[in-house]
Amino acid sequence: MLRGLWALTWIEIKVFLREPLGAFGMIVVPVVVFIGLGRIVGRSVAPSSLAASGFLRAGVPVLASILITLSAVLSLVTIISIYREGGILKRLRATPLRPQTILTAHVLVKLLLTAVTLLLTVLAAKRYYPIGIHVPVFGFTIALLISTWSVLSIGFLIASIVPTARFSQPIGAIMLYPMVALSGLFVALESLPPKLQIVARMLPLTYAVSLLQGILKGDAWSAHVGDIVALTVVFAVCTALSAKVFRWE
Amino acid sequence: MAQEIHTGNSIIHVSGLRKAYGSTVAVDDVSFEVNNGEIFGLIGPNGAGKTTTMECVEGLRTPDRGTVSVVGLDPWRDKYRLQERVGVQLQQAQLQKRIKVWEAVHLWASLFRKKTADGDRLVEQLGLVEKRNAWFMDLSGGQKQRLFIVLALINDPEVVFLDELTTGLDPQARRAIWELVRGIRERGKTVCLTTHLMEEAERLCDRTAIIEHGRIIDIGAPDALVQRHCPERTVVLSTDDPTAEERLRAIPRFEAITSKDLRFTIRGSGDNFVTEVIRCLSENRIKVTDFRTVLPNLEDVFLKLTGHSIRD
Repeated sequence: MLRGLWALTWIEIKVFLREPLGAFGMIVVPVVVFIGLGRIVGRSVAPSSLAASGFLRAGVPVLASILITLSAVLSLVTIISIYREGGILKRLRATPLRPQTILTAHVLVKLLLTAVTLLLTVLAAKRYYPIGIHVPVFGFTIALLISTWSVLSIGFLIASIVPTARFSQPIGAIMLYPMVALSGLFVALESLPPKLQIVARMLPLTYAVSLLQGILKGDAWSAHVGDIVALTVVFAVCTALSAKVFRWE
Repeated sequence: MAQEIHTGNSIIHVSGLRKAYGSTVAVDDVSFEVNNGEIFGLIGPNGAGKTTTMECVEGLRTPDRGTVSVVGLDPWRDKYRLQERVGVQLQQAQLQKRIKVWEAVHLWASLFRKKTADGDRLVEQLGLVEKRNAWFMDLSGGQKQRLFIVLALINDPEVVFLDELTTGLDPQARRAIWELVRGIRERGKTVCLTTHLMEEAERLCDRTAIIEHGRIIDIGAPDALVQRHCPERTVVLSTDDPTAEERLRAIPRFEAITSKDLRFTIRGSGDNFVTEVIRCLSENRIKVTDFRTVLPNLEDVFLKLTGHSIRD
């Protein structure tokens, strides 16, 4: 299983960084959204106001983090679709590589890029964010990686369903971004109509947001076991489904 | 459990292979053997089932029925052990657009348990030294195929599978690739290839299996197939002798004659037919200004066996 994993992961990182907009789009966009949104909110509303400060402290950082996750997942969906369409996946399979090794390499690349993007965002925030926020960087990184790891499994499902590489990114975006609206980031779950609450509780991003907000506030991990279990269940179910429907060519 | 089958000198056994996609039967009751050290070709038009057959043999597809054995291994159950011992070039495969040539070679070399061939030497032998640092997407069609040959040879395999290796290449690149494939055989390896180019099969293959509609029609050396199915010989000659046609018609085993502007095309059967034509010309002192023989080839064999040209 491990044979070739590091070699393949390393190649995939290099190849990704050579994409003209790949690294830029994935790393720069969330940083810009984070800083830009923070400054706009910080300027238009008095930072001392309770709502603005709450949004700046918990809302924007988590929104930026979720964007990091989603862009990692969309990038995975796109790459897997392109690799399948170009016969690259098939070519890799005609080696002693195990199928799960090939896919794990892509997950590792995305997790690594997620961590790097988060790190850059934190560094940028230290200098340019309107208010000082104390982020438990290590814990928050772990929380984001768990969230990304879980949502990536949905990415594999989407990549299996979308027929051609051309549509993979837009279809993936249409499936994933609406989840943000119901994730509890903008409107607290409790204030949603009961039916929408049920829907929200079925969506993995809801648990990712809850976990990220909690860890950001300084909650103990024990308070978020439920979120982690939910994200793990999402991962297990999507991985099991992917194993059945995933197409290599 | 791996089923070990050994019959004589063969290294690949395929027996009663069948594979259907939904209601379309791609390969039906295909059986053949490939001998150790030969270049074996599966030939037939596009869509005949060549690639499906080969991918079942490589372990990339599960057959619905039939048994396959490659170097004594079952390609499906022993997929990973088999991959260590064979080299594969796939039809229309790609690599990551921005992977460099040397990176692909090193990556492939790292995937095998056993000691691999010298990648740098293979790159040199296949004329890719100057392209070592080039991205895959910037290689020409011929260079891509040569890189795929390097990758297929990187684990010093016993059997090399080449699927439509020269499709889309210009004639010059094609000839260069043929030379390389002969080189693979010189190293004592067995080559199993598919092609829809009859000329390629004739020039390259020691033995061929003709496939159409998922079935093998006949197997044999290209020469033997031609002799078996196209025993007729054709002579084209030019003469202004008015008695020529009548005399030529009297040749033993004569079959047909057509003429156009003093140019005669005479068809007959048997190995001796050409000699008989020459004897007839000489005994009757018929003066000819042009004389050539047209030998049937695999293209004609295909036409005869299937009733249509391979290009249709």
